[in-house]
Amino acid sequence: MAGREPKKHEMPTQKPEIRAHNFDEVALGYTMELAEAEAVRCLGCKNKPCVSGCPVNIDIPEFIAHLKQKDIEGAYEVISKTSSLPAVCGRVCPQESQCEHECTLATKLNLEPVGIGRLERFTADWHRNNKKTAPEKPVPNGHKVAIIGSGPSGLTCAGDLARLGYAVTIFEALHTAGGVLVYGIPEFRLPKSIVGAEVETLKQLGVEIMTDVVIGRTLTVDELFERGFEAVFIGSGAGLPNFMNIPGESLCGVYSANEFLTRSNLMKAYLDDSYTPIMKGGKVAVVGGGNVAMDAARTALRLGSEKVYIIYRRSLEEMPARKEEVEHAMEEGIEFHLLCNPTEVLGYKNENDPRDPKNGFVRAIKCVKMELGEPDENGRRRPHEIPGSDYELDVDSVIIAIGTSPNPLLKDTTKGLEVNKRGGIIIDEHGLTSRDKVFAGGDAVTGAATVISAMGAGKIAANAIDDALKGKE
Amino acid sequence: MNRILTKKELNPTVTLMEIEAPLIAGKAEPGQFIIIRSHSDAERIPLTVADFDREKGSVTVIFQIVGAATMRLNSLSEGDSVANFAGPLGRATHTEGIKKAAVVGGGVGCAIAYPVTKKLFEQGTEVHAIAGFRSKDLVILEDEFRRHSTEFFAMSDDGSWGEKGLVTDALKKLIESGEQYDEVITIGPLIMMKFVCALTKQYGIKTIASMNPIMIDGTGMCGCCRLTVGGKTKFACVDGPEFDGHEIDFDEAMSRGRMYAAFEKRAREETCNLLKMDGNGGNA
Repeated sequence: MAGREPKKHEMPTQKPEIRAHNFDEVALGYTMELAEAEAVRCLGCKNKPCVSGCPVNIDIPEFIAHLKQKDIEGAYEVISKTSSLPAVCGRVCPQESQCEHECTLATKLNLEPVGIGRLERFTADWHRNNKKTAPEKPVPNGHKVAIIGSGPSGLTCAGDLARLGYAVTIFEALHTAGGVLVYGIPEFRLPKSIVGAEVETLKQLGVEIMTDVVIGRTLTVDELFERGFEAVFIGSGAGLPNFMNIPGESLCGVYSANEFLTRSNLMKAYLDDSYTPIMKGGKVAVVGGGNVAMDAARTALRLGSEKVYIIYRRSLEEMPARKEEVEHAMEEGIEFHLLCNPTEVLGYKNENDPRDPKNGFVRAIKCVKMELGEPDENGRRRPHEIPGSDYELDVDSVIIAIGTSPNPLLKDTTKGLEVNKRGGIIIDEHGLTSRDKVFAGGDAVTGAATVISAMGAGKIAANAIDDALKGKE
Repeated sequence: MNRILTKKELNPTVTLMEIEAPLIAGKAEPGQFIIIRSHSDAERIPLTVADFDREKGSVTVIFQIVGAATMRLNSLSEGDSVANFAGPLGRATHTEGIKKAAVVGGGVGCAIAYPVTKKLFEQGTEVHAIAGFRSKDLVILEDEFRRHSTEFFAMSDDGSWGEKGLVTDALKKLIESGEQYDEVITIGPLIMMKFVCALTKQYGIKTIASMNPIMIDGTGMCGCCRLTVGGKTKFACVDGPEFDGHEIDFDEAMSRGRMYAAFEKRAREETCNLLKMDGNGGNA
């Protein structure tokens, strides 16, 4: 089509040299004018290829059509029909591999796709800032459902069921609802006030949230049924951090990304008056190439590190992190050591003074250079060490962000709940586990994945729970 | 929010709190722990369950005032509420089938050694309880130990209470006099547990040590509480807190325990002054 702008409208951001020293949100969002100009780029395809790329099937051309008419609330209504957390998804979804990947502008016309994520974010933010009306409380249908975990899958499942009239209770082990959205994703990428507002909307729909309840310990899944819940959804998240099993990983100053981010985000160690300690400043190496690695590196930078390295064993092309996060990290001055793998964390040991306070702390990380060989079973080229290419990087702390393994707690305390060899809960295409009326989704099933895929799983399970319970009297 | 039903000063630096928590009281077993936050901006700290009353719906914790978090917890009074109380976490002490055991506690670790001793004693196990303190004025739970053990051995560093010496001295004497233990269970400072385990290893006696590393979430998410046991990374919050004492890398655990020593010292001083100012922290 003639005259169509070839590129997405840029979203204004804080300048890298400024944002590297604060925890305020990096991306500032479209203005009304930018949103309109971007909306106009949408072709409004009849076959809607973008919708098939969305794990929660938002009717994308439809909401953009409302934006073209400046009907932002109308756009919001379209999105919120299928998504419980639009302000969150607009910020954290990897749109480039989902909806925007399928956009006709990109697939047929060789242009940049429509900035769908940016428009979704604009719509959700506009709604939050301009509409203060509480959602209407649905008519109760008399059925009770328990949700384990208040992360993206649990919140989505709860929201969908509450809208259908179910009495939903979410059980959260931590003291704040939101799961990875509050302990994992940093303030500068997803402000906690936005998560809080989304949780508040669910409460207005009638969802009850019980914090400080560890299912598997405080109560078991079987006891939830005894207490009158008719179905249970497990959205307990990714679980325990993986380590590399190299020497030196227990030195002081070696963190899992989960620990580092939890200290900063959930426990607010980034605030000056926080009671929670965290190592700040110095040089930091972050191992891994996912969103969590980017979050940890950029958090370390904002906490005052003089130098932050990302160490990743493959190349930029294979990096699983969201493209925008990698770009932002680079702009902020994070140094990427690609095709590089740690082999040892080295610590201080003053042989002459066993009381030297530096003893037992990290002093460097030893790495070896890698090259890419043949593709593995997932099609990613397998990295190999280059013999004799070892080198040392002087660092004061190391953050390991190489994924997680499922927490064994629910498996160990729920009879008949089957897991695969990696510990992930086994489900069928409707989210049903090996136990009757027990459903699951999100990282507890798949291992560490994305917010939106967890939301998709929560949605599928909500439908299946409705199917299983609505016929019941 | 959970209400503090009872608060008792056991010695100038150790406090007992009985906290209302019916769901947790219904489940708690000796060896398990809870996560507590005194205030909504406080750190999450793990405290081992010292006692529980299923009918009353209460859980008792005993803590030593060592840093800012315990100082702030200690500033609360009976009738106040703690911001958060979650649990019971970790695995319970395995007591089945033990015919004869020695439980070795040191300092505030005796608060954890006591419920284990009591459970063993009540199930009919012959229990020798060995408790060690620096001096007489730091002794806690003496009557409770005496009531719930077959034999009780009191040790103090300065000889002001019981016999002068270390808990390992008492344990060694018992083993050498021919006492045959199925299991030794030890809870206390890392350095003490390290030497208890070194001793029992010589005699080939199975020994369980209860670990209390730094934790954040306590539910199996952050990995902060990891330790090396038998050459493998284990998480105290879900795999423990009790482990085979002969397999634990105590030196590493001691080193990791010092990670925030400087920060803690500063926080303690600041908190101490704050509490002094608002008049809550007379004994801090």
